[in-house]
Amino acid sequence: MSKIESKIPDGPIAEKWSNFKSHCKLVNPSNKRKIDIIVVGTGLAGASAAASLGELGYNVKIFCYQDSPRRAHSIAAQGGINAAKNYQNDGDSVFRLFYDTVKGGDYRAREANVYRLAEVSNSIIDQCVAQGVPFARDYGGLLDNRSFGGAQVSRTFYARGQTGQQLLLGAYSTLSRQIKKGTVKMYNRRDVLDVVVVDGKARGVITRNLTTGEIEKHFGHAVVLATGGYGNVFFLSTNAMGSNVTPAWAAYKKGAFFGNPCFTQIHPTCIPVHGDFQSKLTLMSESLRNDGRIWVPKNIEDVEKLRNKTLKPKDISEENRDYYLERRYPAFGNLVPRDVASRAAKERCDAGYGVGATGLAVFLDFSEAIGRLGKSVVEARYGNLFQMYEKIVDENPYETPMMIYPAVHYTMGGIWVDYNLMTTVPGLYALGECNFSDHGANRLGASALMQGLADGYFVIPYTIADYLADEIHTPRMSVDAPEFVAAEKAVKERLEKFISIKGTHSVDYFHKKLGKVMWEYCGMGRNEEGLKKALELIPVIRKEFWSDLKINGELNEYNPEIEKAGRVADFLEMGELMVRDALNRRESCGGHFREEMQTEEGEAKRDDVNFAYAAAWEYTGTDSEPVLHKEQLEFKDIELKQRNYK
Amino acid sequence: MNLTLKIWRQPSVDKKGKFETYQINDISADCSFLEMLDQLNEKLINDSNGPVDFTKCPVSFDHDCREGICGMCGLYINGRPHGPDSGITTCQLHMRKFKDGDTIVVEPWRSKAFPIIRDLVVDRGALDKIIQAGGYVSVNTGGIPDANSIPISKRNSDLAMDAASCIGCGACVASCANASAMLFVSAKVSQLALLPQGKIEAKERVQSMVKEMDSLGFGNCSNTYGCEAECPKEISKSNIARLNREFIGAKVCYENEVTRAAGGA
Amino acid sequence: MNNKILEFSSISKKVFMALAGLFLIVFLLVHLTINLFLLLGDGGKLFTASAHFMSTNPVIKIFEVFLFGGFILHIIIGILLTLKNWASRPVGYNQSNKSKTAFFSKYMIWTGLIVFTFLAIHMMNFYFVKLGLVQPPDGVGKHEFYQMTILLFSNKVYSSIYIVLLIILGFHLNHAFKAAFQTLGLNHNKYNCTIGFLGTAYSIIVAGGFIIIPIYFMFFF
Repeated sequence: MSKIESKIPDGPIAEKWSNFKSHCKLVNPSNKRKIDIIVVGTGLAGASAAASLGELGYNVKIFCYQDSPRRAHSIAAQGGINAAKNYQNDGDSVFRLFYDTVKGGDYRAREANVYRLAEVSNSIIDQCVAQGVPFARDYGGLLDNRSFGGAQVSRTFYARGQTGQQLLLGAYSTLSRQIKKGTVKMYNRRDVLDVVVVDGKARGVITRNLTTGEIEKHFGHAVVLATGGYGNVFFLSTNAMGSNVTPAWAAYKKGAFFGNPCFTQIHPTCIPVHGDFQSKLTLMSESLRNDGRIWVPKNIEDVEKLRNKTLKPKDISEENRDYYLERRYPAFGNLVPRDVASRAAKERCDAGYGVGATGLAVFLDFSEAIGRLGKSVVEARYGNLFQMYEKIVDENPYETPMMIYPAVHYTMGGIWVDYNLMTTVPGLYALGECNFSDHGANRLGASALMQGLADGYFVIPYTIADYLADEIHTPRMSVDAPEFVAAEKAVKERLEKFISIKGTHSVDYFHKKLGKVMWEYCGMGRNEEGLKKALELIPVIRKEFWSDLKINGELNEYNPEIEKAGRVADFLEMGELMVRDALNRRESCGGHFREEMQTEEGEAKRDDVNFAYAAAWEYTGTDSEPVLHKEQLEFKDIELKQRNYK
Repeated sequence: MNLTLKIWRQPSVDKKGKFETYQINDISADCSFLEMLDQLNEKLINDSNGPVDFTKCPVSFDHDCREGICGMCGLYINGRPHGPDSGITTCQLHMRKFKDGDTIVVEPWRSKAFPIIRDLVVDRGALDKIIQAGGYVSVNTGGIPDANSIPISKRNSDLAMDAASCIGCGACVASCANASAMLFVSAKVSQLALLPQGKIEAKERVQSMVKEMDSLGFGNCSNTYGCEAECPKEISKSNIARLNREFIGAKVCYENEVTRAAGGA
Repeated sequence: MNNKILEFSSISKKVFMALAGLFLIVFLLVHLTINLFLLLGDGGKLFTASAHFMSTNPVIKIFEVFLFGGFILHIIIGILLTLKNWASRPVGYNQSNKSKTAFFSKYMIWTGLIVFTFLAIHMMNFYFVKLGLVQPPDGVGKHEFYQMTILLFSNKVYSSIYIVLLIILGFHLNHAFKAAFQTLGLNHNKYNCTIGFLGTAYSIIVAGGFIIIPIYFMFFF
C-alpha cells in the first residue's frame, strides 16, 4: 500500500509536459476571482508563483518573515542560472541539460521532473530579460554565458556575481506590480507557524505578526510553500540567519511526507570558520573555480611552516603544490561537481594538509589566471567577490591565494511532491528548495535559481489549476472553523511554553549544540556509528531545550528570541529525521557520503539495486519513529552509470 | 578589545526611547559588527534574572543574509550609516575598524518615512511602496520573445547593472541631510530607462515613482551626495541626474498627468 | 502661484530653483562687469554710462521684471524645499553625520538667507534710491551711483561687512553652479570635470571680483 503516487504523465519524456498542459483541467477567469491561494515565502519560487497566479486572476496572499519580499535569501545566489539556450553553439540542448542534472544529482532525481525543468529553462531567460534583468552581455549586445561545475558546455547566464539578486528583484518587481493591482496581498514580518488542514485538504495557515506578536489565521483554497531549505539545522551555513524549516515542518506534521531529508549540499568554496562567535558562513561563488586553481602543499613540512607563518603561500614552488582536483579528475579539473570538490578538500585536510590557523582550509589561487589574463580581466570577472573576501578576511586575494573550505549550502531534500508539485496533503504544494524533486542527491551550480523560477513561473500556474478546478464550488471558509481555532490554540500554547520555561540558556546555545552534532556526524562524511550516536544525542539536546530555555521579553511584542526559539525547536526535530534518513540510506550518492560505501579511490559508491528510490518519511509523532515510504525511481531515458569526472 | 556601546533602545513605535550604555569585553577584531551585537545579546540574556526591563532584553536589529546583499541590516554607527568603512553593509563591517577602548554610538535610521518598530529596527515599507508605484516592466508571465531578440549595448547593460545592484537598505535616506530617497528611486528608474524593455513605459514610470516618493515623507535632494558616499553598492549620483533628466523629459513631453491605472495593464 | 508651487513635485520645484539660479548666475556676471568699470580710474565715466544704460534701456527694463521674478522664485522655493527637508527627519541623530558630502550644500539655506539680507541692504542703498523710495545721501543726486559707491566704500565697517558677505555668496555659488547642472540632469562623464571646474572658477571670480572693488577704494583710492 503505497500512499505516494508520483502522477507522472504518460508518453515519451519529451512530450510529458506538453501532454500534461494540453489535458490538465483549467479554472475560468470568473471562477479564479473566487479562489484564494496562500503562498509562503517570497524568494524566487514564492514571488514568481504569487505574481504569476495574481496575473491569472487568483486572490493571492503571500507571507515572508523579512521586512520586505525583496530580502528572501535567493538574493544571495551569486553565480548564475542555467538554461539550454545553446547560444554558444557548443552543443547544448534540453536533453543535455536534463542529462547533466540527473547525472550531477547522482541519479536520485525523478527523470520527468528534471526533463520539465530543462524544458522550461529557456523561457525563464526570456521572461527575466523582458522584466529588465541586466544579464551580462557581449560587445555585440547578445547574452553572455559562463561555465559551471558538472557541465562541459557554457550554459550559465549571469549578472556579475549577483545573479540571484537580479532574478529576485525581477520577480519582486512583478510581485510589486500585482500588489499594487490588488491581486496579491503582501504580509511581511510574518512567521508561518502552522498549516491548517480541513477534511484532509490544506486550507490555511496560522501566522505570527512579528511586529506585534499577534497570532493570525488565514484561509486559502490551496497553500503553496516556497520556504527554502533547512541548512540552518547545522547552525553555521551559508543560509540567511532567518532561513528556517518551520512551515515545511508544520506541513510534515500535518501529513506531508518529507523527501530525502539527508541530502545536504556542502559547497566547496566558502570562507573558512574563524571563531566561536561566528554566526554564519559566507560563500564565494563557484564561478571562481573557472579561473582559480585549488591546491594544498605537497609536503607536510610546508604546511607547518605556513601555519607558523615562516613561509608564504606564494613562496611554495609549483612542484611542491598539490593541485589535487586536477590530479584526481583531469577531465573536469577544478570544475568537478560540488560534492566531489568538497569531499576532496575534506580528504586533504583530514590527511593533515589543510592550511590556515585551524588547518581546515585549502588554497584557491588566482596567480596563474592573473598571469594568463591580466589583473584587469580577473578584476572584471570576480572583482566584487575579491572585495567581499578582503572585507571579511583582511587579505588581498590578488596577492595571496584565497583560503576556502566547504560549508553547508543547500538542501536537496525537502517536502516530497508529485509531478504536480503537490505534497501528500491535497491542496498543499511545495516549490523551489522547499521540495525534494529536481536535484537528486546533489545539485549542480546555477540550477537552484533555475528550479525556483521554473516552479513559480511555469509549473505551478498549470498544476495548481488542475487541483483548483474541482474547488470552485468550495466557498471561502471562516477562520473561526474548529480546525483553525485548534491550530491557533496549539501555536499559542507552544509559544507560551517557550516563555514559561525560564531556564538558563539562550536559544543560540542549543542551536550551536545541535549544529555541532549535525556537522560532526551528519556532515560531509557519515558512518553508521556516528549517525547512531547523533540519534542518541539529538533527543537529549531537545529535551534540554524544552526544560532549560531562557527567553527575555514578552510574546506580544517584537521579540526575535521568540522567532529563533520556534525555529530551533523545529530544527531539533528536523535534525533527527535527517540522521534517520542518512542511517537508512546505506549507500553513498551525491552529497550523502557514507564512509562505509566508497570505492578504493575514495569515490562515492552508489547502490542502485537497493537504493534507487526517493525516501518519503511520514510523521507519526515527535517521539515515535517516522514511517518510510519509497518512491522507486525509474530511469528510462538515462542509463544508470557510476559518475565519472576523471 | 573592550568597548563601550551607546545604543538606542525603544520598546515600540509609540513609546519613548533612550540611549543605554553597555560594556562589552574580549571582542575579537576578526568578528563582524553584528556578531559583536550577538555577543552582547547573549550576555544580556545570561546576565538577567527574572522579569527584566526592555533595556535588559536583547537589542533588536534587522539582519538576515549577513553577506551584504539582502539589504536588511542597517545601523547608524558613530555618525555613519553602515559604520566607518565604505562600500559595505553593516553586516560586512568588522571590528578591526575599531580600536580597543572605543565608544561606539549605535542609532537607528532616522527618517519620517521610516518609523521605528523597536530599538534599531525601522519600517522601510515606504521603499516597497515606491517600487509598487512603477518600479517594474509591465509584462505578464509567458508569451515572451527570445531573450536575444533585442540586442542591448554592453555599455547600457553594464550601466543598468550598476544601478540595479541597489539592495534597498535605505542607507541613502539615512545619510541624506534631508532624508531623501532620490538615490534609491534613481537607481530603479535608471536601470529600467537604460534597457529597451523598460523604455516603453519610462515616462509613466518616472512620474508615478516620483509622485509616490514625494507623498511618503522623504525630503528633497539638495545634491549633498551623502547617499553616494554611504551606498554599500556604491551607486553613482549620476543616476540622480538621469532621474532628473527622465523626469524633466517626461513632464515636458507628456500630454496628460499620470493617468495609468495602478500597476498598468 | 504659491499653491501651484506647493503642488509641484520635488523635482519640478528643484528644476525651477535651478533655472532661476542659473539666470541669477548670468545676472551676477553682468553686474560684476559693470562694477569692475569702477576700477578704470576714469572718474567713473564708463561706470556711470553703463549704469545709465541699465536703468533706462527698455529691453533691460523687461529683463528686470524677470530678474525680480527669478529672485523671488528662487527664495520661495528654497524656503519651501528646506521646510520639507526639515520635516522629513523629525527626530535627528545623536551623532552628527560624518559621511563624505558636498560641504556647502548643507548650508545653502543659511548662505542663501545671508545673501538675501545683503541684497536687502544693497537695494536700500542703490535700487530704491534710484526709484526715489529712499533718499540719497546728502549732496548726492539719486542717479549719481559712482558717488554713492565711493561714499559707501570709504566706510571701512561697511566695506568689511561687504567683503564677508561676498565670501559667503562665493560659498553659495560654489555649490549652486554644479548643483544646477545635476538638478537639470545635465550630467555627462566627459563634461562633469569641466562643469566642476567652471563652477569653482565662477564662484571665485565673482566673489573675488566684487571684493576687489571695496579693497581698491579702502586702500588705493
